[in-house]
Amino acid sequence: MENKDYLEDLKEIKNMMSKSSTFLSLSGLSGVLAGCYALIGALVAHLLIRDNDYIYITLESKTFQFLLIDALCILLASTITGIVLSHNKAKKNNENLWNATSIRLLTNFMVPLITGALLILLLLNEQVYGLVAPLSLIFYGLACFNASKYTFRDVRFLGITQIILGLIAVKFSGFGLYFWVLGFGLCHIFYGAMMWFKYERK
Amino acid sequence: MTMKNIIQNINKAFDHRIRLGIMSVLMVNESVDFNSMKEFLGVTDGNLASHIKALESDEFISVEKQFIGKKPNTKYSITPIGKKAFQDHIAALEKLLQSK
Repeated sequence: MENKDYLEDLKEIKNMMSKSSTFLSLSGLSGVLAGCYALIGALVAHLLIRDNDYIYITLESKTFQFLLIDALCILLASTITGIVLSHNKAKKNNENLWNATSIRLLTNFMVPLITGALLILLLLNEQVYGLVAPLSLIFYGLACFNASKYTFRDVRFLGITQIILGLIAVKFSGFGLYFWVLGFGLCHIFYGAMMWFKYERK
Repeated sequence: MTMKNIIQNINKAFDHRIRLGIMSVLMVNESVDFNSMKEFLGVTDGNLASHIKALESDEFISVEKQFIGKKPNTKYSITPIGKKAFQDHIAALEKLLQSK
């Protein structure tokens, strides 16, 4: 057998190992857009809180309901954008969006995330409001970190950044919204743009 | 290691791209079902089945058949023998490339 064939064999082994264990159709551009949605959402939240004259917001108040709707809209828009853009990227790579690697990525992402979401809801029920921002950043960071084993390494650094921001945010209660802007807004735009430059721009 | 020894470790069982692919996938995944394997490798049913059979008869991979509802689901995983053989194969490939 020729030397070249051996080299090709080794390349094929490496390629199949990475293709079958990591989901590489995750779209960086969708991260940038998610960050933009978060910034818009934060602006809306800021205006809502200002209109409320910065009075303490209770769970039953109209303002809280609007804030909740605001947050859910961002979540929904980001998720849809992520799915659509990753679907397009997968199509280009001749992959299915739902395959063994993307399902594994999603499972590893969702377990820490849902744990965090439930914890936050339980704390809200106990009237603990101050930890919503830090905990959401920390658990989102853990979800990214956990999922990063099955996709681009950049997601790992996004996760670590969110965890650090979340921990700092504990010390600055009352500034939760600003930490959200930093974490969910600017970090997504930064890391999303980096991924886009590295893997998608052609 | 002499050249002859290296060549001995080049395993004829892995002398085909598809079999090489199957082993590579199973090295990094605990178990993989038939359809996922088909998608990773981009091959037809018949083609994949025949290569799987060859690797199975060499006892390099093991097969687990089960049912999800009424649908049959076949899962493949690498055996310790297969893992050892494939690692030796990769090492031999690397040595061959270095020696030239």
